[in-house]
Amino acid sequence: MQLVKEELTPRLRRPVEFSSWRKQLQPYVGTPGNAAITVICIALIAITVQKVIGWLFLDAVFTGTPTACKESDGACWPFFASKLRFMLFGFYPYDEHWRPTASLLLFFAACGISMNPAFWGRKLMVLWGCVLAVCLWLMLGGVFGLSFVPTSQWGGLPLSFMLSFVGLAGAFPLGIALALARASKLPVIRVVAIAFIELVRGVPLISILFMASVMLPLFMPGGMTIDKLLRAQIAIILFAAAYVAEIVRGGLQAIPRGQYEASAAMGLHYWQMMRLIVLPQAIKIMIPPLVTLFIGFFQDTTLVVIVGLLDFLDTVRSAMREPQWQGIAVLEGYLFAAVVYLFFSTIMGAYSRYLERYFRMGHD
Amino acid sequence: MKATTKKLLLAGIAALTMAGFTAPASAQATLDAVKKRGKMICGVSQTSAGFAFPDAKGVMQGFDVDICRAVSAAVFGSGDKVDFLPTNINTRFQALQSGEIDILSRQTTQTFSRDNSLGLDFGPAVFYDGQGMMVAKKLGIASAKDLDGAAICVLPGTTTLQNLADFFRTNNKKFESVVFENTDENRNAFFSGRCDAISTDRSDLASIRAVASNPADYVVLPETISKEPLAPVVRQGDSNWRDIVSWTVYALMAAEELGITKDNVEQKLSSQDPEVQRLLGVTGDFGKMLGVDNKWAYNVIKSVGNYGEVFERSLGEKTPLGLTRGPNRPWTQGGLLYAPPFR
Repeated sequence: MQLVKEELTPRLRRPVEFSSWRKQLQPYVGTPGNAAITVICIALIAITVQKVIGWLFLDAVFTGTPTACKESDGACWPFFASKLRFMLFGFYPYDEHWRPTASLLLFFAACGISMNPAFWGRKLMVLWGCVLAVCLWLMLGGVFGLSFVPTSQWGGLPLSFMLSFVGLAGAFPLGIALALARASKLPVIRVVAIAFIELVRGVPLISILFMASVMLPLFMPGGMTIDKLLRAQIAIILFAAAYVAEIVRGGLQAIPRGQYEASAAMGLHYWQMMRLIVLPQAIKIMIPPLVTLFIGFFQDTTLVVIVGLLDFLDTVRSAMREPQWQGIAVLEGYLFAAVVYLFFSTIMGAYSRYLERYFRMGHD
Repeated sequence: MKATTKKLLLAGIAALTMAGFTAPASAQATLDAVKKRGKMICGVSQTSAGFAFPDAKGVMQGFDVDICRAVSAAVFGSGDKVDFLPTNINTRFQALQSGEIDILSRQTTQTFSRDNSLGLDFGPAVFYDGQGMMVAKKLGIASAKDLDGAAICVLPGTTTLQNLADFFRTNNKKFESVVFENTDENRNAFFSGRCDAISTDRSDLASIRAVASNPADYVVLPETISKEPLAPVVRQGDSNWRDIVSWTVYALMAAEELGITKDNVEQKLSSQDPEVQRLLGVTGDFGKMLGVDNKWAYNVIKSVGNYGEVFERSLGEKTPLGLTRGPNRPWTQGGLLYAPPFR
């Protein structure tokens, strides 16, 4: 048997080398089919862009009355001039709008600082304590020269942020406690934790809010009422806690048994083991699902409308229903709400991806 | 968590909780509780065009809102001593029962079961509404009885659908309901031809028609298939507070009958008509009998005007809703508004 080939294999044609821009274009116009699809897509994009620009600017009404908007096909900018502040702050007294604005800015600044891992530490906790206290003072007033604004007049974007942020911040320690309790060896604690988590997760948020707003006051003695906002906030905290607990449980289970055994071998007791070894590792795994949860809650707060509180989406809806604007600025209103939600959710999502990279660099 | 942070948080929670507990208001003494608080709390719609809606400054305006301002004027002499609490269909009665609000002025229909099973009392009807139907003119339909087999756009909940079913069953006709979750969807579905007709209260039909690009393309059919007397609601068992609310509404109606308006109420103080004198507190002690200032009705008219003015300001033909008075005219003009005599 001959192992060596006698004649040469015929030479293949050398691949054609395209210049760089031709290489780039190849997938789009390489075959007639691709070329056709490309042309169609470009045409569709062009039409869309033209329509959007036309709607936003060319056909739009920039100044004028609702009637002018009704007659035009374009966007209605006077709607924003007239209702923007209401959409952002709801029924908060008009002359005091600087207070929610200041609270929001303060809150954003604190978020910005917290986003940088270099600042993580105890000092940040103190900072947050101060920021939340100042925000509460700005919003509620009543002391140090600010007029009192009852929580029933809070609304709009500050309310959305407050309900979701305080909701999750409050739910976090509770969630960790629940997750630890669920993994506990003591049956009573474990059963209570499982019962709470499964009960809350098995019920929609809207029904919990409804219970907090409708049922709770009927059990209160003699006409005494707890602030509606507080009720809604507590309901959201309890609801979020059940979800946080499951995320934490997932995080705990992802830590190899060896870590538990090693820390036990070092003589650490349960709380030391959790605080020093297990939770710090678990929290890193939990961050992406927690951010997802937060984005979800940021949008779910709209359900507080059932309790008579108006968060951002609800104030936008309210603004669209003023008689003179009714049926005129529907698209504008919803688009505005979508843009604002998309803006904040995108930031949160991007930050979540950044954190994933950050932790991967540190550990792999 | 550091001790300082904890303290700050605790202080915050304590502050919020303190602010949260409002003074207990027992059923008997709403007036005292309101006076002690220095303002009234009035439950209104979250947003309902013409009846309760925020203006550009976020201040509540509208017909239902003005009724509350009138009561505030009767109690405090000023129409501004009232906070508005947006309530929704599901929580409105509970908010009243639990004492969160002192009066519910929220397009609420008085019905037998509501009056007798909820621990609530209704004031006099402030707006007589009724469910109607609207169709596109090009369909050429003149009566709701011609709508056999039609698709009808409705909002869920309350009694709209029930009334429709009753009407069509009585007339031995069929219809198909198309239910939408919110007003905007409902309206757009009708305009885009998704349904043959749209059915809701006549006041809403008028506002939906006003929004159409060409209102003349739509007609409201003549049938009114339900009675919807909208009235303010108070807690049961406090007849003094109910009297204040009822007679404030009657004062608005009487003022229109007697030709007293926001602008001429000053001159009417020197009117020779004994009923005008009694109403405005020039003679008699009518305010004292109610437990409020003798010039209560003067204050009411001074702050919101008479019934006609309240109507025209929020719902009337010069507003985007463009409602006609219809049954909401004084009985002297063939309407249903009839205030008992002030004597």
